[in-house]
Amino acid sequence: MERKRLFYKHQPFSEKFFIVFIYALLALFALLVLLPLLHVLAASLSDPQKVIEGNVFVFPKNPTFKGYKTVFEYDRIMTGFKNSIIYTLLGTLINIIVTLLAAFPLSRKEFRARRWLNKLFMLTVIFNGGMVPSFLLVSQLGMRNTIWAMVIPGALSVWNMMIARSYMSNSIPDELYEAAIVDGCKPFRYFVSIAVPLSKPVIAVLVLYYGVGHWNSYFNALLYLSRSAMHPLQIALRELLIINTVDPTLVTNVQAAAEKQGLVDLLKYSTIVVSSLPVLIIYPFVQKYFVSGVMLGSVKG
Amino acid sequence: MREISKKTRKQRFDRWVTEGNVQFWLIMAIPFIWLIVFAYLPMGGLALAFKEYSPRAGIFNSPDVGFKWFVRFLGGPYSKDIILNTVRLGVYSLLVGFPLPIILAICLNEVSHVRFKKSVQMVTYAPYFISMVVMVGMMMRIFDLRSGVINRIITLFGGRPINFFGESGVFPHLYVWSGVWQGTGYSSIIYISALAGVSPELKEAAEVDGATRLQKIWHIDLPGISPTVVMMLIFNVGQMLNIGFEKAYLMGNPSNRRTAEIISTYLYEVGIKSGNYSYATAVGLFNSLISLALFLLVNKVSKKLADESVF
Repeated sequence: MERKRLFYKHQPFSEKFFIVFIYALLALFALLVLLPLLHVLAASLSDPQKVIEGNVFVFPKNPTFKGYKTVFEYDRIMTGFKNSIIYTLLGTLINIIVTLLAAFPLSRKEFRARRWLNKLFMLTVIFNGGMVPSFLLVSQLGMRNTIWAMVIPGALSVWNMMIARSYMSNSIPDELYEAAIVDGCKPFRYFVSIAVPLSKPVIAVLVLYYGVGHWNSYFNALLYLSRSAMHPLQIALRELLIINTVDPTLVTNVQAAAEKQGLVDLLKYSTIVVSSLPVLIIYPFVQKYFVSGVMLGSVKG
Repeated sequence: MREISKKTRKQRFDRWVTEGNVQFWLIMAIPFIWLIVFAYLPMGGLALAFKEYSPRAGIFNSPDVGFKWFVRFLGGPYSKDIILNTVRLGVYSLLVGFPLPIILAICLNEVSHVRFKKSVQMVTYAPYFISMVVMVGMMMRIFDLRSGVINRIITLFGGRPINFFGESGVFPHLYVWSGVWQGTGYSSIIYISALAGVSPELKEAAEVDGATRLQKIWHIDLPGISPTVVMMLIFNVGQMLNIGFEKAYLMGNPSNRRTAEIISTYLYEVGIKSGNYSYATAVGLFNSLISLALFLLVNKVSKKLADESVF
């Protein structure tokens, strides 16, 4: 350590300049990523009039919780919240079960069919039926406007399955399986009592990936759910943020048109914060799993 | 002769059973059925691209029409624009979005201050968790013509406000650079993990020989991560024209449609919304086949040139 520090001290100017340049570059990029997020947070807490004038930058002006109060009074958003929680919990549970069921046999070299089954799964990544045939299939199965349309068609992601498979074949020692089999343990029993409990780290990664995916997705709902009572949060958000439709009863007690527009704008900012909150709150805690997932996935095999 | 083969067949079957294949198949049953139904049945549904769909006859009994839909799409008035828009977004995204994560990873790898490094990583990964709807919603607020903060800054410096979402010329830039904002951090993770695998001995040896940081990056780090880079390049080029529906659809509106309409959004409009199932299936198949060809081509080229391939 001492030697290293000494070494750096005697570095030529160009080297020092280079490292300063790298630090500056990284700080600049991080700032560029952070600023829009801070701006949205600041705007969501500011006075509607200041927001509509575009006078809020990264600090709230005349702080108020008006926007947040409106969000929680907005039925459409709250129903969406509730639906999204249900779809996310059920969907992730199904994802984990199906993914592990596929990953385990495909990780065992004793399973004779694993080579061609692997290929069968992989092929769907580079070629698939596409939007319309899938839509017709789900319609013909009678899944439209049911919760099943939200959780069954996407029950497995091949990419995530490959992460689980490479974890099971690389991180669980082969000797364990051989010993268990010698002791009369059958594959099913091994799967339930040894492979799954030992796969906890990768299950955490899968829960994160699938969970965030469900929470953030709107495409399946757009295709399959036409009843507004079933709409997940993202569909409600799309109406408010993108198509700009607001339930008129929500702002009836506000008289002036300008004030109305201000409150609607404020509502948008607050909704963005509230809807991203669940994910952003858990993010720091799961960040290490998130990173390890990419690394697990990068193991070829 | 027959006796022996019968016996060995029986023995082979017994071994197959004792190795646990029956149970493996039982475990595999649910995912396997799912795969056949939800991944392979729709592939069979691609037959629709060559038929005139009638709901009463069903997909497979509808009358054949050959290449009618392909001819109609390629000869149609919009097809040139739509294909061009798709290619423009795909190529632009790849040119900007592919190298930046590698540069970010290399810069992060040079940083020895652990807290600084962790903070930059934490901040830059975060946007990946934001949903597309919220992302586009944020953009529409920030780039709003009247109340958006960007136009506020532009007018503060004496410029004229820009209607970012109303001008088709701005759309590709908005699309690509917002993608950079959201995805660069996340995409850099795979390169960071590849860089962690580069041999430290090589770097120490180069240090002793008086190599500068830039030389070490160029001659040690980059060759060290080149297999990962090539693999990602193959995937990215293969996916280049499979531009996701979600973002382009959310960002599109009547005034920027001239550049925002891409194959996948067009598919949704004519297929799902207007119910021209056969036509939309043909357009989708056309897109998938080009993507597949692109994927196989890059795979082959990189196998020849760099001896790296996905398959």
